[in-house]
Amino acid sequence: MSTKIKINSQIFQDSNNVYYPKDEVEVSDLIRELYKQDSPTEIIGNNSKSFIGNKTQSANTTSLSKISGIIDYRPEELYIKIKACTPINEIEKVLSENSQELAFEPIDFGYIKDGKSNKGTIAGYLSCNYAGSRRFKVGSVRDHVLGFKGVNGKGDIIKSGGTVVKNVTGYDLSKLIAGSFGTLVALTEITLKVLPKKDSSKTVIIYPNNFEQIYDLFNKLSSSSSEISGAVFIPEQSNDKEFSAKRNNVFKFNDLKSKVSFVAFRVEGDKISIEEKINNLKKELELNNSDISTLDVYQSEPFWKKINNLEVFEKTEHNLIRMVIPPANGSKLSKYLENNHNYFIDWCGSLFWIEVNSKKEEKIKDLKKMANDFGGYLTVIKTSSEYDYGESIFTVDKVRLMISEKVKQSFDPKRILNPGKMYRGV
Amino acid sequence: MSELALPKIDNSILNRKSEIVKNLSKLTDKENVLSEADELRPYETDALSVYTQTPLAVVLPENTDEVSEILKYCYSQNIKVVPRGAGTGLSGGALPLQDAILLGLGKFNKILEIDYKNKCVVTQPGVTNLGITHAVQQKGFYYAPDPSSQLACSIGGNVAENSGGVHSLKYGTTTNNILGVQMVMMDGTICRFGGKSFDQEGYDLMGLICGSEGLLGVVTEVTVKILKTPDVVRAALIGFPSIKEGGDAASEIISSGIVPAGMEIMDKALIEATDNFSKAGYPRDAELLLIVELDGTESEVNELIRKVEAICKKNNCSSLKLSNSEKERLSFWAGRKAAFPACGAMAPDYYCMDGSIPRGKLAEALLEIKKLSEKYGLPVANCFHAGDGNLHPLIMFDGNDKEQLRKTEEFGSEILKTCVRLGGVITGEHGVGIEKRELMCEMFNDNDIQQQLSIKKSLDEKNLLNPGKVYPILRKCAEEGRVHVHKNKDKFPDLPRF
Repeated sequence: MSTKIKINSQIFQDSNNVYYPKDEVEVSDLIRELYKQDSPTEIIGNNSKSFIGNKTQSANTTSLSKISGIIDYRPEELYIKIKACTPINEIEKVLSENSQELAFEPIDFGYIKDGKSNKGTIAGYLSCNYAGSRRFKVGSVRDHVLGFKGVNGKGDIIKSGGTVVKNVTGYDLSKLIAGSFGTLVALTEITLKVLPKKDSSKTVIIYPNNFEQIYDLFNKLSSSSSEISGAVFIPEQSNDKEFSAKRNNVFKFNDLKSKVSFVAFRVEGDKISIEEKINNLKKELELNNSDISTLDVYQSEPFWKKINNLEVFEKTEHNLIRMVIPPANGSKLSKYLENNHNYFIDWCGSLFWIEVNSKKEEKIKDLKKMANDFGGYLTVIKTSSEYDYGESIFTVDKVRLMISEKVKQSFDPKRILNPGKMYRGV
Repeated sequence: MSELALPKIDNSILNRKSEIVKNLSKLTDKENVLSEADELRPYETDALSVYTQTPLAVVLPENTDEVSEILKYCYSQNIKVVPRGAGTGLSGGALPLQDAILLGLGKFNKILEIDYKNKCVVTQPGVTNLGITHAVQQKGFYYAPDPSSQLACSIGGNVAENSGGVHSLKYGTTTNNILGVQMVMMDGTICRFGGKSFDQEGYDLMGLICGSEGLLGVVTEVTVKILKTPDVVRAALIGFPSIKEGGDAASEIISSGIVPAGMEIMDKALIEATDNFSKAGYPRDAELLLIVELDGTESEVNELIRKVEAICKKNNCSSLKLSNSEKERLSFWAGRKAAFPACGAMAPDYYCMDGSIPRGKLAEALLEIKKLSEKYGLPVANCFHAGDGNLHPLIMFDGNDKEQLRKTEEFGSEILKTCVRLGGVITGEHGVGIEKRELMCEMFNDNDIQQQLSIKKSLDEKNLLNPGKVYPILRKCAEEGRVHVHKNKDKFPDLPRF
């Protein structure tokens, strides 16, 4: 690790020695200097998600938080161009005034961090690429990025993409940047595709009897032409009294029996088509004699916020795992989790949020093996204080690691940007 | 056609041809290695047929291990490799090189697994785009991206070009519709990115490969997402008395919150050309024709049609027809899909351009193209994927007249530069290939291009895989960049191009 060095620039530095470049030229100057001096830096935004990933091995910290503001918003063109560290809240507010939204439904990681809402910035979002419940229908954060500008590890300002959805001009670097945890470029500008907000929504709750039925429901829901835009399973979890009380409190709604296991699915659109879709789905799912309830828009919206805020795991001090697997293997995983961990399932059976209430990293190893065997992956999103990083918090195989090292090398040959944040050597 | 700069020929490779052919024959069935002049001829060009080049040899491997062995051998011997799918690409991405072997993936033509539970299909790259939909349609599913050449183009080629289609505004392009790929790197390493689950963790290498035009690896397996076919699909055919009113209506449809499954615009020249050609019943008095397609459940589609109708009337449409049957809907599309051959019937040759612009700049772009058409004295017809901003001007000319050809090239280049100036890009869906290489510097500066080249170098350090494509060889913005069709003899005249 390099020691602190003197940077010959006018860039503002606070009392903790954090650099605050105010535009892309200052970011470029700073990184160019760090490159010359072989001195790596951690890249941060508003610190809402900096707890995710490994601790970086760097002597400097660069905050991009001053690079904020909307550059160009064209509702009729369905795009918004923003400076990298514009807060998500600010973007969502402006879009909402035009009845538009970020369709990938940003997760608010503030709740699991310290119980307070903090959606952070768009650059942070893109760097993690964690989309919310609507993902299986509309795509992830990476599917909504049209272009970006940023500074690579040599201090060069680079760009890729544009403002149009159809574009095959050069490599699609926007995809590569999504989920790269700030290890390839320090982002300065991002262009996102935005979509119209649906008029209304309703959520149907079903109380299934067993895992087979849950996955049968998920399968039928994802096979329907009456497109749903969210489907979760919230298990009962009666053996952990404390968690169970929290869970029941989070899902306290007038029209929801919150104390038992339930599957919830969301239908969005105009009011008439919502009714039509729900009726179609009731037939397809053979729900006519089942015990179901429906959340109207006033309950439906807060319900999905609670899901996307991960409120059942609010302020968790345990390890919180995000596992994604092909849905057909979901019922096997659910059966294993039932008596072992607190969890819930999103993305119509594909995404598992799992709390590992154990000091032993062995448990995480077991889960990672399952994720691999099932054809998926896991990430330890939040680690408990005992976690000693013996087991990597990411899932990567040898070949992908080798290619990742090469890609990293092409952007950041001296490993100046967030070294080690993702993998050792990257 | 202007002289095309290609990578420097390695004569030592040419001299070793028979030895190379012999060695390749040990790595796959002897029958799969072609080296005689008459065997090589069909592989001399892709659908950008003005450029031809005979490859050193053609190899048609049958499985991933063979691809790996062949690449490993070529890597060790410094032999260049040009990968090829179905050869329907319009930008010359699969143009052979004299000292390179052409790696054809035509034998990778099997669907490996249909997995309805995970809503995906695992397929070899040589399967056609439409072949996937055909395999799952009896259960009511389909594969969303629908490039107009979908009958012939292969899914591997779709990955290389990140192909879109009429429905890409609503359903995305290839990159948004695949879950995983298996790929072989130039040194023979076999790798897998993604699988049957969403969003691989770490660097999105699948996203990088998609649209990389065969420069980073050879895709040997693709896992695509399949969707349930919508209940109801209807289309509206709307005429406007002016470009501005039609363009405004298209913009207003989007800004009102409607995401049409498809939205196409044709100008007067093309309305007349296609109506003469295919008798589609288009409103010939209109200056601009808008086709809007909507899908969903019945009440959803009816509601959207009602909104579209209101917007078009507000913008003074001169005619409005709604499809009341599947047959009628297809008839609305018939003329549009015949746009290219219709232009072919009007002049000995035409060039098809492919740029993207922000939707709202359509009127401005068309006006500019009209001015250029007058300046060069060449007629032009325009079709436009209004949903996603992809513009295809078709310049008509006579290729026998060298002066006209030169003017056409200049005209085309000016159109693409106009696209960039209006905030768009030089290729929406045909790829850069060889035809738009020199225009890359209209969009990117040295830093941008250097970064891309350095990725190429990190994954193919010897620059052996499809060299000479996508990135400028000569650092000048030459006047290149079109599809040239002579006497309506497109390489694939039966394929709709739109």
